[in-house]
Amino acid sequence: MNPDEIKVLETIAGLSGFPEGAFNIRVNGGSAGRSSTANVKIEPKALGSGIDIHVAPGATETVHIPVVISESGVVETVYNDFYIGEGADVVIVAGCGIHNCGANLSQHDGVHSFHIEKDARVVYSEKHYGDGDGTGGRVLNPVTNVFMQPGSYMEMDTVQIEGVDSTKRVTNADLADGAVLVVKEKLMTHGEQYAETFFEVNLNGEDSSCNLISRSVAKEQSKQLFLSKISGNNKCMGHSECDAIIMDDASVKAVPEITANHVDAGLIHEAAIGKIAGEQIMKLMTLGLTEAEAEAQIINGFLK
Amino acid sequence: MLELKNLSFQVRDDNGKKEILQDVSLVIEERSFVVITGPNGGGKSTLAKLIMGIESPTSGQILFNGEDITALGPTERAARGIGFAFQQPVRFKGLAVRDLLSLAAGKTLNTEEACAYLSEVGLCALEYIDRELNASLSGGEMKRIEIAMLMAQGTSLSVFDEPEAGIDLWSFQNLIRAFEKMRDAHNRAVVIISHQERILAIADKVVVIAGGRITTTGNKEEILPSLLGNPDSCEFFRGAV
Repeated sequence: MNPDEIKVLETIAGLSGFPEGAFNIRVNGGSAGRSSTANVKIEPKALGSGIDIHVAPGATETVHIPVVISESGVVETVYNDFYIGEGADVVIVAGCGIHNCGANLSQHDGVHSFHIEKDARVVYSEKHYGDGDGTGGRVLNPVTNVFMQPGSYMEMDTVQIEGVDSTKRVTNADLADGAVLVVKEKLMTHGEQYAETFFEVNLNGEDSSCNLISRSVAKEQSKQLFLSKISGNNKCMGHSECDAIIMDDASVKAVPEITANHVDAGLIHEAAIGKIAGEQIMKLMTLGLTEAEAEAQIINGFLK
Repeated sequence: MLELKNLSFQVRDDNGKKEILQDVSLVIEERSFVVITGPNGGGKSTLAKLIMGIESPTSGQILFNGEDITALGPTERAARGIGFAFQQPVRFKGLAVRDLLSLAAGKTLNTEEACAYLSEVGLCALEYIDRELNASLSGGEMKRIEIAMLMAQGTSLSVFDEPEAGIDLWSFQNLIRAFEKMRDAHNRAVVIISHQERILAIADKVVVIAGGRITTTGNKEEILPSLLGNPDSCEFFRGAV
């Protein structure tokens, strides 16, 4: 990997080289390194179109699967399938970074499917990032399909702070009895960027629950669209919260949808869009910060 | 330390100009404890905002340690040693108590330092230090954290707008001790807007503001009897005392 690629890898996955344990590092459409462990098997699909990750029942491990694109003009769709064994407890560090210094579009569409067995726990962290001074677009369109068996738990922490011109994120989840899904999304757009998030969660099992929390900041002329659909098909709890700070000439649209198909389904949606409160800026100025410093602190805290 | 010279503040409303403060002059000495009191709507909070630079006077002059700071904003005044605890503390989604105390102190505080300020205001520090200043904190908790922020800021002139409001379990005596400690450290001055008799009782100077004017200034021995003992309290609200 060259220095630009290593910088991107550090930003998205906190890695300066190959990590301990199981990993697959994909660079410009090929594997730059791959390793399995006794409990985590990573196997490539045919023609480099993705990987299968099998986690043994009861295993406790961290798996790194970051993606780096540094060649302008790489456009790929990658399918990664995760099979998480019963009672396993894994942390999966994904993420994708594009360094585009050329004039051509660079695009990574990652389609991830999680098959999470009974009582297994998954914490999935995904950071998206773009840099490079080329005129070519940097586009990321992740699709995540989650199939959760009884008593399983999944937490998705997704972050996109800078440099991605366009993104369309789709997350679909089906939850069985007692399954719990937590999603924490953080997003900042600027310039002419566009970001769209779509969640569709089916709470099929008794006592299943989901909590979707999206915090975003839209600056300059950027546009954001937040869509969420939660269906309560059993005795369940569903909560989604979209909280956005709008600045400059940006546009933010939130479209919540909650559907109860069972009398004991408890569903809540909260959405708030607004500019930074003047009194917040003023309070920090009385502590000695300039207006610009105050604004930066408020945004950093909001997206922390 | 602070000198207000003929300060006036007007706003425009549907009926034209409205005088909020008129020709207010006041001197606040080093190592003094000044309580500003008076009826609601009399202009007290506006005066505090003029001192901090949150509002600018329509006319008049503000001197701080001999320097004319009338044209300076809150950032510059904070740098010169003026601090202000809001009547209604501001909430911040995502910023923790520790973050705000560090911003106030101008450096990253370690847990021990941050906890020391929270303990001063009667909060069990470790329970609060990493909590966000969001809607989960009660009004009384926010007020105490606001006071702790001013302590961390270490300002030489500290202005508090009704700090006692919502302070429930924490005993009043502790609050008063904290203010006295602030005043006594390095010749600082404390200005408190309050209606509370027990805060008035420890003032070196009491200033009564009503109808946008200072109606009385004096030591507590002179002022308190007229405020507390007056059988016709309407006179107080008319600004007659």
